[in-house]
Amino acid sequence: MPDRTAALTEQKRSDYHEIGDLIDLYFKGKQGCLIQVLHTAQGLYGYLPLELQQYIADKLELPLSEVSGVVTFYSFFSINPRGEHTIRVCLGTACYVRGGKKIIDHLIQKLGVEVGGTTADGKYTFEIARCIGACGLAPALMIDDVVYRQMSPSKVDSVLATFQ
Amino acid sequence: MLHLTINGKPIEVPEGTTILEAARMNSIDIPSLCYLKDTNVIGSCRICVVEVKGAKTLQASCVTQAAEGMEVFTNSRIVRESRKVLYELILSDHDKDCLFCKRNQSCELQKLGIQLGVERSRFEGDRSTRKVDVSVSITRDLSKCILCRRCVSVCNKIQQTSVLNTQNRGFKTEVSPAMNLPLGAVNCTFCGQCTVVCPVGALKETSATEKVWAALNDPTRRTVVQVAPAVRVAIGEEFGLPAGTRCTGKLASALKELGFDDVFDTNWAADLTIMEEGTEFLGRVKAALTGGAASLPMITSCSPGWIKYIEHNYPEQLSHLSTCKSPHTMMGAIVKSYFAKNENIDPKDLFVVSVMPCTAKKFEIERPEMQNGGFPNVDAVLTTRELAEMIHSAGIDFATLRDSAFHNPLGLSSGAADIFGVTGGVMEAALRTVYELVTGRELPFDKLHVTPIVGLDQVKDAAIRIEDAKPEYAFLNGVDVRVAVTSGFAGARKLMDQIRAGASPYHFIEIMGCPGGCITGGGQPRSDDPEIRQKRMAALYDEDESKVMRKSHENPVIQKIYAEFLGQPNGHLSHELLHTHYTRRGVYNQMTEEVYVVDFKASPEVKPVYAPAAVGELARARAGTQESPRVMALEAENAMLRAELAETQDTVSVFKRIIQERNTLH
Repeated sequence: MPDRTAALTEQKRSDYHEIGDLIDLYFKGKQGCLIQVLHTAQGLYGYLPLELQQYIADKLELPLSEVSGVVTFYSFFSINPRGEHTIRVCLGTACYVRGGKKIIDHLIQKLGVEVGGTTADGKYTFEIARCIGACGLAPALMIDDVVYRQMSPSKVDSVLATFQ
Repeated sequence: MLHLTINGKPIEVPEGTTILEAARMNSIDIPSLCYLKDTNVIGSCRICVVEVKGAKTLQASCVTQAAEGMEVFTNSRIVRESRKVLYELILSDHDKDCLFCKRNQSCELQKLGIQLGVERSRFEGDRSTRKVDVSVSITRDLSKCILCRRCVSVCNKIQQTSVLNTQNRGFKTEVSPAMNLPLGAVNCTFCGQCTVVCPVGALKETSATEKVWAALNDPTRRTVVQVAPAVRVAIGEEFGLPAGTRCTGKLASALKELGFDDVFDTNWAADLTIMEEGTEFLGRVKAALTGGAASLPMITSCSPGWIKYIEHNYPEQLSHLSTCKSPHTMMGAIVKSYFAKNENIDPKDLFVVSVMPCTAKKFEIERPEMQNGGFPNVDAVLTTRELAEMIHSAGIDFATLRDSAFHNPLGLSSGAADIFGVTGGVMEAALRTVYELVTGRELPFDKLHVTPIVGLDQVKDAAIRIEDAKPEYAFLNGVDVRVAVTSGFAGARKLMDQIRAGASPYHFIEIMGCPGGCITGGGQPRSDDPEIRQKRMAALYDEDESKVMRKSHENPVIQKIYAEFLGQPNGHLSHELLHTHYTRRGVYNQMTEEVYVVDFKASPEVKPVYAPAAVGELARARAGTQESPRVMALEAENAMLRAELAETQDTVSVFKRIIQERNTLH
């Protein structure tokens, strides 16, 4: 069996040297710094894949199971790459009653990803929101910071067309 | 001392005592579930709540310290009712298929229900994860997990392997390895200590009983069984005998009644191990002292959990390991070569079963290194618990069985072999032989026990001065042979860090994966006796002292096999059959392609609606067993649509009824 460690470590070192440097500078040896490190790492790389978690675990001398426990605990942390745009379909009561579910079904079909997923081309991350406070506009969805009102499957198509 | 009353009874306890311990010291039992003295003290299940006068809410007695003047009530109406509700809430997310559960009648949750007098389960609703993760050694059934976190504490605090932890949050919380990966794909050592503390059927050994029954029922198979030393001093507990009862004779009888053709003793192979390991040790010391190159300290290799631990955590130190296989795989190799030849049997018709106090042995026999001539050394490993289950199931009344002896020739062993089952035992056994080989004299300790390395301390060491050695070992004259012994990975880590730093003063180290050694291995009967280690240990030393033959090299069958078959210890044939090599794995398994996952899936009948696929996907991809994400999504959608339909139908019928009522009014 070829020894893959050396290569892997080299790869990691070049991929993740920024967070590694920051850990060495600011965090090493500080109790309870894991969440700060993870925030910083997500800021740098956009998400926290297994390899990055391993790298951080090694750097901070923590068990991977603990690092992963924290990453999966907080919904802010993402273990998958985020898309260029985030689509959040509202499923609050009003939007749900007015057909939010249909919008979701349509998006699952159209984007080819499930809720929580990111399209293969990295364009969209698709999530559900629980009431965005725009009940009068139901069913509503948000793309990044913009709210789109009274959606229907065909309206969704035309909105998405503007992002092409 | 503190003075308080519990249920009006005045009591006195030392400062720092929790209410729970204070009560138990005074003959008042407070029911508890997640609590594990000194190990898991986190108050997570709340079952042990009590009423404390003046406190706003009920207090979890396992984490609340007793205080001067405290008035505690453990059995008031509110306490009793609250415990029942808490229990029902735990049940609401627990598989209640008790009749088919391995822990039926040995389940702490079940016993608690009886104790609390719970007669119903009112809360039904969504269920959280129902994942089943089968590795070669350990099976996790998360539908039964009650999140008590005992396993997390044992894995992180006692063994310090930190494989299990809580993942996700809230209702989706599960106890799993990082990123919910399967156990067989991560750095789990398979020590099985988690299976010992699990109060329910969530963590258990991966069963081999069906495979063994099949072999026993197959007339073309000659079934050979062997038993590890620690099994004989623990199995009695499964049949109501007191802890520490020596059951060697009954065990041999039971195995014969189960229908095994040959009932051998792993002890015999332990004697063989001493010959091989002792010789290897002397070889290394000689090389080191006479200017050659040798990896010292040499470390024992009997414990497969320990082997996996070093392969993951200290892959650069594998040269320190003795190349000896563990005793039961040595036995398997000998059975399928020497014994097969003598008995004129084709090795393919032999089925070798090892009864072990260990879950990691199940992994060990799957290792590609543990085969010879295309046959696995051992075909199946049963834990002590599994054998007890088979004996029960076969209707054998173990407690009243008459004693019998193991079969010849591979059933004869020395006392040195017995103590392999307890921490310090392998080292003592090796010293008894090595010292005598080198000096021609008996090891200079009372009853041959190397007192400094006997006992349950985490790390023990001793120095034995060699003087007046035989001419061929003259290089050892005046040398203090330094040995160390540890059990449990926390101690192993200390000794290994020393080695890594180049600061180890030792020549020879014994490491066992489980704290206390095999007597409290991951496959042993679960016990709530706080003295369990001491009792089983004492029984093994009794077993040793009860024998006339106390040293491995005196075993006549061992002498015979070297004369007839193997030639000499560490000879060519020994190397082929009895020695092995190790695999560099790394903490993240990054150095190997080997995984030990058998099956990994969420239970088919339940799919979370709108599950973010990615978390599970990663694991499933690693595990190699898969449903496509699309199929999962469709199933999830299906379930949701059905629920919606049912909801709509309900609403419609409500309206229909209202309309009907209005119509009849007019």
